Amino acid sequence: MKAVRRLVACLWLACCVVAMPLAAGAVDDPQEMLANPAQEARAETIGAQLRCLVCQNESIEDSGADLARDLRHVVRVHVAAGESNRQIIAWMVQRYGNFIRLRPPLNTVTLLLWAMPVLALLGGAFAATAAWRTRRTTAAPLTDAEQKRLSDLLEPGR
Amino acid sequence: MPEAGIPGPGLKGEGVTGRGISRRQVLMLAPLGAAAAAGVGFWSMLSGMGSGRFDPHDIHAPAVNRQVPDFDLPSQAPGTGFSSRQLAAQTSPVLVNFFASWCIPCVLEAQTLAGLGRVLPIWGIAYKDHADNAAGFVTRTGNPYARLAADSDGLSAIDWGVSGVPESFLVLPGGLIRWHVAGPLTPEIIDGGLMPVLRAAPR
Repeated sequence: MKAVRRLVACLWLACCVVAMPLAAGAVDDPQEMLANPAQEARAETIGAQLRCLVCQNESIEDSGADLARDLRHVVRVHVAAGESNRQIIAWMVQRYGNFIRLRPPLNTVTLLLWAMPVLALLGGAFAATAAWRTRRTTAAPLTDAEQKRLSDLLEPGR
Repeated sequence: MPEAGIPGPGLKGEGVTGRGISRRQVLMLAPLGAAAAAGVGFWSMLSGMGSGRFDPHDIHAPAVNRQVPDFDLPSQAPGTGFSSRQLAAQTSPVLVNFFASWCIPCVLEAQTLAGLGRVLPIWGIAYKDHADNAAGFVTRTGNPYARLAADSDGLSAIDWGVSGVPESFLVLPGGLIRWHVAGPLTPEIIDGGLMPVLRAAPR
């Protein structure tokens, strides 16, 4: 048992070590980065929320596309100018629409999307309750005739 | 959902039977209903994509019915550069076309633009291009552009909401963007999209 636990722990550690470099941002060109580490971190946070419009399923921080690099540059210019995260994302949305946000805002179009986890949970709870109740239903006692037939079937000789 | 091991006779008794069956019906119908709703949704999306009513890749809706962004771009040989003020000061609609010599669809679009340029003034913006390459491309493809500017760092294009070349914007007098397409102009797009808007535009 102890050996198994140790093996699992080792596997976890291995996974974390492998995943760590992947989690770090893709911007590795020091020329792109802001000199101020706090500002650079903020720019990376904003960039991770913006979709690259060329590859469409990567953030501009992760993408190697030319346009993504330009957008990263624009984000850093705005961060250096002291704008808030909200202002910078609004600036992007004004030009490219909500499509550029990897995390869509809550509105009438996205209501179902955002509500889906809760709906799925409720549906699951409903199904589980229904199954549990069915299983708990006890059989009605057998009538005399049924009892007799059961005895006949079980012990045909008597 | 599997009924837990109790056969029919066990569920006898008025109330239990009625509730049991209706619940089972609900459980059977719920997935069917959900599947039907999803089916209708998917069908309407797909038919919309077929007819052009719905385009999931049309990511540039915000440009339409907006003023053109502020810009002042230098000349690109063999034309003359222009600014947002000059664009807004026009007295008839202008098509602003972003292109680049390194862009393959732009080569295909060039023939279409040559024909369109006789009906509608086209102002070109060379996107992230070397001046010599852009000049060679325009000359080779028969220069449909009334004016020609260079956006060499591509930052003005971001203000327009451009995500790739070619892209075209119909700009009305006063600088309002009335129509937009992300992708090469084709005779179909011109006849089906641009021309109706142009005819309806105030003169």
